[in-house]
Amino acid sequence: MSGAPLLQVTDLKTHFLTREGVVKAVDGVSFSVDDGEIIGLVGESGSGKSVTGFSLIGLIDPPGRIVGGSVKLEGMELVGLPDREMRKLRGARIAMVFQDPMMTLNPVLSIGTQMRLALNAHDRLSRRAADDRAAQTLARVGIPDPRARLQAYPHQFSGGMRQRVAIAIALLHGSRVIIADEPTTALDVSIQAQILSEIRDLARENGTALVWISHDLSTVSSLASRLMVMYAGRIVEAGPVGTVLRAPRHPYTAGLLKSLPAAARPGEPLAQIPGTTPSLLNLPEGCPFRPRCDRASEACAVYPDLVQEDRRSYRCHNPVAATEAA
Amino acid sequence: MSGFILQRLLQAIVIMAVMSVIVFAGVYAIGNPMELLIPPEATQDVRERTIQRFGLDKPLVEQYFLFVKNLLQGDLGRSYIYNEPVLKLIGSRLPATIELVTTAIVGALLLGVPLGIYAGYRPDSPVSRAIMSLSILGFSVPTFWVGLILILTFAVELGWLPASGRGDTVEVFGVGWSFLTLNGWSHLALPATNLALFTFAMMVRLARAGTREVMLTDTVKFARAAGISERVILTRHVLKLISIPIVTVFGLELATTMAFAVVTETIFAWPGVGKLIIDSINNLDRPVMVAYLILTAGAFVTINLVVDIVYALLDPRLRKGHAR
Repeated sequence: MSGAPLLQVTDLKTHFLTREGVVKAVDGVSFSVDDGEIIGLVGESGSGKSVTGFSLIGLIDPPGRIVGGSVKLEGMELVGLPDREMRKLRGARIAMVFQDPMMTLNPVLSIGTQMRLALNAHDRLSRRAADDRAAQTLARVGIPDPRARLQAYPHQFSGGMRQRVAIAIALLHGSRVIIADEPTTALDVSIQAQILSEIRDLARENGTALVWISHDLSTVSSLASRLMVMYAGRIVEAGPVGTVLRAPRHPYTAGLLKSLPAAARPGEPLAQIPGTTPSLLNLPEGCPFRPRCDRASEACAVYPDLVQEDRRSYRCHNPVAATEAA
Repeated sequence: MSGFILQRLLQAIVIMAVMSVIVFAGVYAIGNPMELLIPPEATQDVRERTIQRFGLDKPLVEQYFLFVKNLLQGDLGRSYIYNEPVLKLIGSRLPATIELVTTAIVGALLLGVPLGIYAGYRPDSPVSRAIMSLSILGFSVPTFWVGLILILTFAVELGWLPASGRGDTVEVFGVGWSFLTLNGWSHLALPATNLALFTFAMMVRLARAGTREVMLTDTVKFARAAGISERVILTRHVLKLISIPIVTVFGLELATTMAFAVVTETIFAWPGVGKLIIDSINNLDRPVMVAYLILTAGAFVTINLVVDIVYALLDPRLRKGHAR
């Protein structure tokens, strides 16, 4: 890759100023995405992975606010960009696909109308030209007979087809980056695999970078080249997918891997990480994973710095040794 | 779709049949109009002949079937007081009421929905708070009082607008219409505002509640993520999503406003059907009362039918047999 990365996130902080206190949903996240790269962002519910996604595209609703850090898209600073400027980028240079296609598409507008609205958000097109481009894009995401389907409404599509339509809307303007927030979670397993491979092919064809947000380690590992594990608003471990999965250094990553059904022998109970995600309102001092961690020590009362190791990084005082991992 | 309409049509016929019985029996129970129509000094002979002439000597059931038979032939009887066919009488007053009600309700819709959407979009702005206060006023203050205050303010104190009558009218299709002249509009302004206030308040509340709900959905977030401007999101996505409850209430309001026009017409001496019905109740003019109630019921039923059909047009999920 030459020069600056496509997307550079530095020390991003998104906080929610609620009545109960400040929720630090994202608290100092840094990473970068290169052209055409697929990176996975993994974490439990409430780890801040979705808020990270929405922060990148500038769609944090009050009381949430990006309070610090920087998001640079092709060298251009997005944090603090006026709404009107940000709107011009959304859907055109940076797009997003959401979890449940049943909720994202407007049930009372035809697919054609919704795609036309998205097209006209950035281009002035005649109805004919807009329909042509919409139909072409639908064909690219594998929707048969796209021209006739423009007249159809979301309820006339299956879940997988609906998500394809949503993906087509994200692809309409040839965005350089697409943020995908659990786009296959609401789908059947068989459809999931299909959509995953189609998305990978589309990204490869167009050189589109993907930030794939998921709680599901196995889907991410089949798709992404790099993995970031998020816990309580911070990235606790990051590195190439193979390395992180084979030899996790952070106890949290190791715990997640052990709890996958594939890691257990049939008939035995699945391994669990004890406890639940801490409330972001009331994070423990130091490492937030400390209360759930069997490796915790005195040192963990201080928040661990980022440890850089080859192409990977992690935040832990007592990392799992490479040989220990299963 | 046609099966759906047919089913609704049959329901409507049943409702109308039941309504006609209730109305007929109800009006019969109010009192004997003959006591008012026949002078007390009339002889027994004159009394009996008059009663016979109006067909009031027959049993109630027979009177009802005679009424239905005439109704099906388009004859609603003659007014006891004006000695004119009821249909002609109501027909001469109806345009004034339709004009008043339409102006009021269309104004309430065109003003109320955008203001409500704005209030839902920016719930904390001072303008939104002002809009909501106005809607609370519209809900809670009685119509007749607002009417009197309007007259007091704009007609008596300021002298800007006339307090009564229809003003200059222009004949179209043999009927006079006020809304075609400037003077007519000045007469229409106060009663229409008075009549519109409640519906306006309703529209504001509905549009606001709907917008607040829709703005939080992923549909809006996804549209924003596609770079669609807030204006287009509000006018295309949100407006369409909130339109179903608005159409429902609008239909109901259209009918109730028609019925409630009685109060406004009385206050502003607007020569519409409402004033006619008040007069006919005072005079126990049975045929006019019955005809008015039947026509009002018919209007309700028709509007509900139209609303059901409009639903299907608005929400593709309700269109049966449309899928693929």
